[in-house]
Amino acid sequence: MRYSGFQIFKQGLTGNSGWKPVWRDPTPKPEYDIIIIGGGGHGLATAHYLAKEHGLTNVAVLEKGYLGGGNVGRNTTIVRANYALPGNSEFYSHSLKLWEGLEGDLNYNVMHSQRGVINLFHSDGQRDYAARRGNAMINQGDDAILLDREGVRKHLPYLDFDNARFPIYGGLFHPRGGSARHDAVAWGLARAADSRGVDLIQNCEVTGIDIEGGRVTGVQTTRGAIRAKKVGIVVAGRSGQVAAMAGMRLPIESHILQAFVTEGLKPVIDHVVTFGMGHFYISQSDKGGLVFGGDLDFYASYAARGNLPMAEHVMEAAMALMPMIGKAQLLRSWGGIMDMTPDGSPIIDRTPIEGLYIDCGWCYGGFKAVPGSGFAFAHLIAQDRPHESATKYRLDRFRTGVGLMDEEGTGSQHNLH
Amino acid sequence: MRITCPYCGERDIREFTYRGHALAIARPAPDAGEAAWDDYLHLRDNPAGATQDLWHHGPCGAWVIVDRDTVTHEVAGSKAVAEVKR
Repeated sequence: MRYSGFQIFKQGLTGNSGWKPVWRDPTPKPEYDIIIIGGGGHGLATAHYLAKEHGLTNVAVLEKGYLGGGNVGRNTTIVRANYALPGNSEFYSHSLKLWEGLEGDLNYNVMHSQRGVINLFHSDGQRDYAARRGNAMINQGDDAILLDREGVRKHLPYLDFDNARFPIYGGLFHPRGGSARHDAVAWGLARAADSRGVDLIQNCEVTGIDIEGGRVTGVQTTRGAIRAKKVGIVVAGRSGQVAAMAGMRLPIESHILQAFVTEGLKPVIDHVVTFGMGHFYISQSDKGGLVFGGDLDFYASYAARGNLPMAEHVMEAAMALMPMIGKAQLLRSWGGIMDMTPDGSPIIDRTPIEGLYIDCGWCYGGFKAVPGSGFAFAHLIAQDRPHESATKYRLDRFRTGVGLMDEEGTGSQHNLH
Repeated sequence: MRITCPYCGERDIREFTYRGHALAIARPAPDAGEAAWDDYLHLRDNPAGATQDLWHHGPCGAWVIVDRDTVTHEVAGSKAVAEVKR
């Protein structure tokens, strides 16, 4: 069924009896051309673009739990293209353009809202860097506006501008940045892929990867063996475990990143706002909850929940920046499991095994990359060469030292990002 | 999460700095070759479950190997690097 205003009207008049499940629940076939391991945002986007851009529909997505039950449902829903380094710049720029057409493409309301991202700065040095990054964004063809203190005040009058320790000097405004409804992104992509014939197979955990003579031949799963000519691993959060089934070790350490949401409030924060002197970024969901997050807890973890020191840091940063939210009550917190690479940038590449591809290492930036990553990974799998937006996301860059993308400038080493 | 420093006893996690998997104490020889150094610097087993981390205890300066579970955050034990690597 194609969704439209007319359908809502019609269904409203007929007791809403016409809405049907939007994807099938197929039994796995014995063989597919392509298997995608992982039914999260990136895996579903890969399946969607394989079908749409390359006409490849003999494809299965294998998900050990339920579709969209991993990190695509455990993030702070921010969408932006404000990177400075070649490699990242063109990739996220492309991804944002895909976001801008995503709802029409999927015929699904993913609630993509370009409400603007404002990265605040609190010193002359930070202002210089913001200007440089803004120029890099403009050179890439994206939008960036350097706001002075009064410029920020027009957008965000509620901030503590004269905070004794961290006065606000200005901000880098990225008007096309914003947020989207995270679950809807997964559901819309799943529906689109399914409608083109992709099999989305849930509760199907991959337990082994079959390799013969250096070539992948299929996978073992909790629902039986499935043969495939090509296999894509896109399981950020569990990349190490799945890659180990193919005898690979990855340059990845899994870390926990916490996020928080308050009770629903009336509209108060119109943008996505980031604090420059501590880890705190915030937006308000359409339900009214203030959604905000902080930095990694900084120890290897798969717990999907964090410890209190980082929660305390985030709350302190929130109070330093916008004391007005101090009386909001926290509803819940959660943790996403981050594939952290040494340089803080992702990997979309072939593996040493013929027919086996990997898309991983999204660190704490995977949500905004969903369409871009799916598009580039589908291109790589279908055509055996990287898409022009993702040529630098090589698996071997750490070994060779060539093409490292250390966006934060902290060094290409584990535990620095 | 609380960690036991072999010298100071059980302490708040905020006193410690995480320095990655405990393989960091098995530094390869300078001429061990590219593969050994890539392995040491970048590649990780990254287990979901029992692991060994290296932590630095700021107040006393000790390097501590911690047996920890990455799924439950349970800390099973710890020992000083100085005891392991003489």
